[in-house]
Amino acid sequence: MSEFVTYLVTGIALGSSFALIGSGFVVVHRVTRVVNFAQGSLAVLGAMLSASLLAGRLPHVVGEAVTVLVCGVVGVLVGVIAIGRRGTPPLISLIVTLGVSMLFSAAIIWLWGQDPVSPPGLDGFATVFGAEVERQRLLVLVVTLVAFAALSLFFSRTYVGKALTASASNPYAARLVGIDVRRMGLVAFGLSGILGGLAGVLLAPSNALSFYSDLPMALGGFAAAVFGGLVSPLRTLVGGLGLGVAGQLTAGYLNGSYQTEVALLLMLVIMIARSRSFAHEEAK
Amino acid sequence: MLHISDLVVRYGSAVALDGVSLDVGRGEMVALVGPNGAGKSTLINTISGLLKPASGSVAVEGTVAQVPEGRQMFPDMSVEDNLLLGGWSIRNRQLDEVFDLLPDLAGMRRRKAGRLSGGQQQMVAIGRALMARPDLLAIDELSLGLAPIVVDELAEHLRYLNSERGTAVLLVEQEVTLAFDLCARACVLEAGRVVVTGPSAELAESDAVHKAYFGDLAELAEVEALR
Repeated sequence: MSEFVTYLVTGIALGSSFALIGSGFVVVHRVTRVVNFAQGSLAVLGAMLSASLLAGRLPHVVGEAVTVLVCGVVGVLVGVIAIGRRGTPPLISLIVTLGVSMLFSAAIIWLWGQDPVSPPGLDGFATVFGAEVERQRLLVLVVTLVAFAALSLFFSRTYVGKALTASASNPYAARLVGIDVRRMGLVAFGLSGILGGLAGVLLAPSNALSFYSDLPMALGGFAAAVFGGLVSPLRTLVGGLGLGVAGQLTAGYLNGSYQTEVALLLMLVIMIARSRSFAHEEAK
Repeated sequence: MLHISDLVVRYGSAVALDGVSLDVGRGEMVALVGPNGAGKSTLINTISGLLKPASGSVAVEGTVAQVPEGRQMFPDMSVEDNLLLGGWSIRNRQLDEVFDLLPDLAGMRRRKAGRLSGGQQQMVAIGRALMARPDLLAIDELSLGLAPIVVDELAEHLRYLNSERGTAVLLVEQEVTLAFDLCARACVLEAGRVVVTGPSAELAESDAVHKAYFGDLAELAEVEALR
């Protein structure tokens, strides 16, 4: 029982990171129709940068907050490259983000090397249903839930959040009322940078990340986003958590090297199962 | 307050507007009529700044807000949010002012815009445009797809808005009778050019306009009568 709870909590923590990365995919796709494949790299950047800042004696919380903000700015820069030129088709922008992701990998190797990095996190263990669980993993879950609540409030209560939703819903009408839809796209890229950076900052203390972690992170996040139909942050959270738990149970009871394959298989099943609703959402 | 001079707008190599000149005075209501493809929507989108002219000029004293063809709601958002977004470009957004002018909107403020009837959506579209406190309201097809009784109600709102607030109106309308009834002055556009402009009452009596816009109907009625 305690073994199962350990896998469950570990999976939820990992799935929370997928959900954060996935919601970054969703935020960008809703507004720009672009799938931002640099999203996994932003998580890795978050891990590396927070490790450096904390090693440079920046206190906890401040170090993590600065990292997340820097990732937000980097996210905006990714957006400038991907959608900065007026009229760039989403497919071209997607390929640009793939290219940017490769550049990120090269830059990360250049700046931090090839070894996995794990910044210090919350020490100690907590007992959950009789199982010893790292407190850092519980922190990941709590922060993720707070981040999703904040994201929901941002979209439903703030004027900029509503303008983002309007730009996604009817870009023509948004332009008519004076909303700069391209600028809203950059805001979405900035948000996705913040979410990606947060995922890296939270996950890295318990799962060391390196330059090649970007692909599994992006795949996990994308699978979660697909579960949310690339439009719903809440369903992305559910998808991310489910994916993380499925991966950890697979690693625990079968084989750890199957985790990525499980993510891919689940994504495939979800896409086939939801193909009709995707077509419906696209038609809307 | 609106001065358009020798305006040319192109879509690639196709000329949509070819040397259009038009003036709208402060507080004036002007109808813009013409057949499909005449360039009416292109003109209104150029005035709103959505399209860039190839040459010529559009000078506006004050602000312009557009009520677009097909209403163009944010369907999953509430009426209130649709209205608030209409005031995106100004600082002091006042819902109450719009509710005073269009009281029906207050009762549906929490409803999703996508679930309203066509007439209600048109009212939201007008209210959304008014949120920007425009000096000129550019309306693209007020009556499209709406029942006559709903159109009459909307027309009454526009008259009230014009008389109370002095808001100028440029109305693009297929329904010529409505356009001439609502606006004192009219401009007929055809194939991207202004063919005639003047008081609506005179244009309604004009043979050319009558032939172009009422002729087919009259002939149709004669053919029907012979059967």
